[in-house]
Amino acid sequence: MFLKEYIQDIYGAVKSLLIGMRRTGYYFTNHKEIITQQYPDNKATLNLSERFRGEVVMIHDENNEHACTGCTACELACPNATIKIITQFDISPDGKKKKALNKFVYHLDLCTMCNLCIVACPTDAIKMANTFEHSVFDRSKLTKILNNPDSKIRAGIE
Amino acid sequence: MPSLENIANFIHNWLYTTFNATVALLLEFTIVAILVIGLFSVLGLVLIFMERKVSAYMQVRLGPNRVGPKGIFQTVADTLKLMVKEGMTPNNADKFLFNLAPFIVMTAAMLILAPLAFAKNFQIWDINIGVLFVTAISSVSVIGILMAGWASNNKYSLLGAMRSGAQIVSYELSAGLSIITIVVLSESLKISTIIESQANGWWIFKGHIPAIIAFVIFIIAVTAETNRAPFDLAEAESELTAGFHTEYSGMKFALFFLAEYVNIFIVCVIGATLFLGGWMPLHFGTNTTFNEMMDYIPSSLWLFGKTFFLIFVIMWFRWTFPRLRIDQLLNLEWKYLLPISMINLLLATAMAILGWHF
Repeated sequence: MFLKEYIQDIYGAVKSLLIGMRRTGYYFTNHKEIITQQYPDNKATLNLSERFRGEVVMIHDENNEHACTGCTACELACPNATIKIITQFDISPDGKKKKALNKFVYHLDLCTMCNLCIVACPTDAIKMANTFEHSVFDRSKLTKILNNPDSKIRAGIE
Repeated sequence: MPSLENIANFIHNWLYTTFNATVALLLEFTIVAILVIGLFSVLGLVLIFMERKVSAYMQVRLGPNRVGPKGIFQTVADTLKLMVKEGMTPNNADKFLFNLAPFIVMTAAMLILAPLAFAKNFQIWDINIGVLFVTAISSVSVIGILMAGWASNNKYSLLGAMRSGAQIVSYELSAGLSIITIVVLSESLKISTIIESQANGWWIFKGHIPAIIAFVIFIIAVTAETNRAPFDLAEAESELTAGFHTEYSGMKFALFFLAEYVNIFIVCVIGATLFLGGWMPLHFGTNTTFNEMMDYIPSSLWLFGKTFFLIFVIMWFRWTFPRLRIDQLLNLEWKYLLPISMINLLLATAMAILGWHF
């Protein structure tokens, strides 16, 4: 019957609206757990997620050795030419020429933090860091060389 | 005891004994104008801060907390910012209408204030058609909104204004019908008489179910009339950037923003006056001890307490319900609120004739 459905409609609507209002009313009266991060004040205790992508860094161990072979897989994977790998040829002890990394140029101002370079890297030489305070006064400071000076490739990485 | 009534009477007598009648009347006009403008600016600051805090608490946030203790000076800082901003007029806008619109909206809000009673015998103008005056003037603000939308020469503004027009015109019907319910019960259009008729209990208690239904419909309808969420299609940030005030900036935008909050205050005062007894303290029948105890609380506090409770309820709506689509909005009015309030008015009339209310 039409009238019955009509009244049921109204009843259902009022009931569901009241359920919603009870939820927000509960939040209003139980003001304990706050999701607001008061950022510059809580800098010391800031708790960022492991998966937060701030910038690309190269992993160096204590001997200043990295795992980058200069294969340019990351450069090819990058969708907007953020990474530029400059390679050189090392002479190995047995007299062979071998391709190696000279400079890992990273343009932070172009990076979209898409993580494709990290996925593409066959030797896990690079990773995403948690840092996010990237403001600088000069744009040229956003072009970074990721491999440390005088660093070399770890032995055994092909 | 210094009450608003005594202060007003004292000033009135002093003015009429010191100056001649014309000058005294003009001075009274000036004082009233200053008081109204002062009330509006204070309301703007308080209500915007209240809205931001209420929304923050409902969304498990902190809200403004930097300017002053707990952020209480945030809205003052915002107002200062708006005052020094440039009030731009778009090149191809209808410049006269564009600049006139915010003032029309604001003036309409100011006019409604005239017959409202803020405390016992404290009223600007106690006309005997107060309720009719209020309902008539509240429809003027839609002209300001349409004017703003049309003159902006912007498709979003025009769409927002058109939606607002459709919305306000339709929701006025059910707001008016629920107001008439109380007029029928109290047998008067005069605000002071309506309040006097609630001396032995507010209409929401005395009027049984019809008064409660009328109250609920009134709250829904005025939420729509003031363009508040969930009926804020006129602004609809996600669809129309800002609706009818997209092109406004600086102080002209501030006037629209202020008018929104002042309108909320005004409709809540009307709701409190009609259904919750205005400045009348909580009285129950002839229970004299209880009634006298309640009389010790000043009448202005009663009115503002009730008003701010209603404002809180309307803010609660805003931060709980999602926005309606335009067809849902009109369905709600024409298929649900209007038939229900018509039947409800019939019930209330029968009740008033048979004398079933207390």
